[in-house]
Amino acid sequence: MTDYLITCFIYLVAAVIAVPLSKRLGLGSVLGYLIAGVIIGPVTGLVGTETTTIQHFAEFGVVMMLFLVGLELEPKMLWEMRNRLLGLGGLQVTITILVFAGLALLFNQAWQAALAIGLLLSLSSTAIVLQTFSEKKLNNTQGGRAAFSVLLFQDIAVIPMLALIPLLALPELDSISTQTTQDSHGHGSNVIQGLPHWAYGLVILIAISSVVLSGRYLSRPLFQIIAKSGLREMFTATSLMLIIGIAALMSLVGLSPALGTFLAGVMMANSEFRHELEANIEPFKGLLLGLFFITVGAGLNFTVIQENIPFVALATLGVILIKASILFFLAKIFKVRDHQGWLLTLSLAQAGEFGFVLLSFSAQNNVLPEYVVQLLSPVVALSMFLTPILFIIYDKILLARYAEKATDKEPDPIDKSEHAPVLIAGIGRFGQIVNRFLVVNGVKTIVLDQNPEIIERVNRINVKPFYGDASRPDLLHIAGIAQAKLMVIAIDNLEQTNTMVSHIKQHYPEVKLLVRAYDRPHGYHLESLGADYVILETFHSAAEMACEALKESLGLHSFEARHRLDTYLYKRKEQHHKLCKTWSDSHNPNSFNRDYIELFLDLEKELSDQMNQVDRRFTSRTDNDWVPPPKEYVNEV
Amino acid sequence: MLLIATTGKYEELHSADVILSITALINIICIMSKSMLLLFAHPAQSHSNINLPLFERAKRHSHVTAVDLYSEYQRSHINVKKEQQRLIEHDVVIMQFPFYWYSTPAILKHWQDLVLQYGFAFGKNGTALHEKPLLCALSTGAPEHAYTAEGANGFTIRELLRPLEATAHLCGMPYLPPFVLHGGLTAHEDGRLQQHSNLWQTVLDQLAGDEINLNKADKHNTLNEYLLAKGGSSQ
Repeated sequence: MTDYLITCFIYLVAAVIAVPLSKRLGLGSVLGYLIAGVIIGPVTGLVGTETTTIQHFAEFGVVMMLFLVGLELEPKMLWEMRNRLLGLGGLQVTITILVFAGLALLFNQAWQAALAIGLLLSLSSTAIVLQTFSEKKLNNTQGGRAAFSVLLFQDIAVIPMLALIPLLALPELDSISTQTTQDSHGHGSNVIQGLPHWAYGLVILIAISSVVLSGRYLSRPLFQIIAKSGLREMFTATSLMLIIGIAALMSLVGLSPALGTFLAGVMMANSEFRHELEANIEPFKGLLLGLFFITVGAGLNFTVIQENIPFVALATLGVILIKASILFFLAKIFKVRDHQGWLLTLSLAQAGEFGFVLLSFSAQNNVLPEYVVQLLSPVVALSMFLTPILFIIYDKILLARYAEKATDKEPDPIDKSEHAPVLIAGIGRFGQIVNRFLVVNGVKTIVLDQNPEIIERVNRINVKPFYGDASRPDLLHIAGIAQAKLMVIAIDNLEQTNTMVSHIKQHYPEVKLLVRAYDRPHGYHLESLGADYVILETFHSAAEMACEALKESLGLHSFEARHRLDTYLYKRKEQHHKLCKTWSDSHNPNSFNRDYIELFLDLEKELSDQMNQVDRRFTSRTDNDWVPPPKEYVNEV
Repeated sequence: MLLIATTGKYEELHSADVILSITALINIICIMSKSMLLLFAHPAQSHSNINLPLFERAKRHSHVTAVDLYSEYQRSHINVKKEQQRLIEHDVVIMQFPFYWYSTPAILKHWQDLVLQYGFAFGKNGTALHEKPLLCALSTGAPEHAYTAEGANGFTIRELLRPLEATAHLCGMPYLPPFVLHGGLTAHEDGRLQQHSNLWQTVLDQLAGDEINLNKADKHNTLNEYLLAKGGSSQ
């Protein structure tokens, strides 16, 4: 137990120190994990042989990652991207596989091993590239979108690759490492051994269709019930249960768990629980993948590398150069021009995290000999290390070169992806009005709400909110807060509202915040937190009601009652800053101090004086009434 | 029934009353009687001594559809389709307003800008208002002598209302000289309001009965003058 805790602690400490540092240096989290692994493994020797066991466990992160990839893939979106996806992505993967496999053959590898090397080097790093894009706001540029479609194709291509690799097993390697194989296939207690072929086919068919059908029809009612119970950990448990269950089922029938969860993900891509599912699985995926990268770093064999420094260095540069040349050539064909073409070329020139997955998978399945894996791991890692440098080259050198042309450059077409310029938290009585008005005016919105009953109700009027607690930063992030222009916060809970305002203002200061406040103190507080537009939730309906009441009680003409109300609103606005300042000077957010109340009463009297002007002949109650000239005027003309 | 009842009590009634009620009955029954759309614009009705009583009186007239524009459109969001439909449904259009800066109050100008569209009120196929007379019924603050070439305002009221006359002309609407109460600031105190109010009733009755000779009226500066001249000649 103690050993276990200490190892666990070492891993966590390394990650906690290295990952934020690496992010700060612009290297991204994947490299941070790798560095952490290198430090606790080969450099200091804090962890040892158990890394391989942990790695098998950590590979489950890949299964989760593919579930998440599936969730992102709405059939409609795929259809819209089909040309880029199949053309650009397909060609990139195919050509790169062929080139590297050919090179590997030249190095006297068996064709199976050569193909595996081609496969693993054809992939780029989704994690690093997408993160860098969003940091540098390159998501919606032409080059950025092209790179995204290539990455998406690669992510999908991983699934058949994982299925293909076991078929490439080299018999001579198999005999050497029978024991380890048994080890790594320890979970392989599948039910299909000894079944006749027709029964095997039937079992697989049943398994896959049960995943598809349950993903499509069972998951929704299940999540509805769970969501109604209001227990968040139950939601997490259900999400995990689903994924682990599917993975187990797939292993049982001898299929790839990644394939199963990917399918389930696609089936749930249209569900309103999608974002909440993502938010729940994301941390597990992140941690497990992180663990996986740490073990890769820890597993780097420095003696092998030291003996082969020239090869590793040349191979790394070679991989980058070859991948870049292929991308450059494809950019020309697909008319991604100038600096956009360069962005595509340089951003995807590295090998990626899936390369590691395929490496370890190939080793397990006896496709690649151990020394090849030990030589290729640092090549993949180093090519990823160099990615930030490639981005710097793009930023400082290439962009500058194309800067002169930039003036006559056409604006990039607006992206069709799902992210909307407006996020709305809360689709109750308040949020509904805001949303409907925006939607009928053609503004795209993304709506989040955590009440399943409200979601069900508004579903019937064609509003498709996402289920989830909008005050959770991860959910906000997935909903696209980084791409949003503004966010409307219209939820009941004061605390959650405050948390959201501070979080968003801190991390996304350029997003405008329009916030519904419960009462005056809450409104002042929200302003002090940086909300851009605050409205008291009941104020304007009360004002309308007051206008009608005044009209009826004084028998006023409706136009005059309206003017008096406008005057009142105008005066109130004038007074607002004074009141707000006095309030915030009081340092007590929950009650009004004496200064505030005094000021309030003063201002109230001022207002009442104006409304009750005794002599109304030359001045009006309100600031903008029509008043007749005095009767004496008749004698003047 | 009513006719029989009236006839039965014939002897007991004053002849003038009888003639009045018979005229009223004829007006109601007569298919030729005209319906009137009254567009009233006054932004501060709590200050109104003249226009409001006149508007109230018009409201009670059976042939008048009375519209208080400032009440109906507190935020100036005029319903153009509804206003056009109203115009189509009536035979005579009356604009009633206090005279502000030689023009109508703002909402009535806004009403013209929005409602009198091309293709509806003017231009190709814009014949919806053809042959519907337009009357301006207004009050001025200054007394009558201010509205002469020598007076403070330098022009007669008819001259100052030329933009509306031209509007009527473009829309194919016969233009009636304005029905005016001058010196509105003091009319109530001077006891002129009652007289004017009665004349207003006559205007509405005669418009409803189609008894105003447009050509003859057009020769006068105001409708008030025409009615006085008509009353004088008929006596």
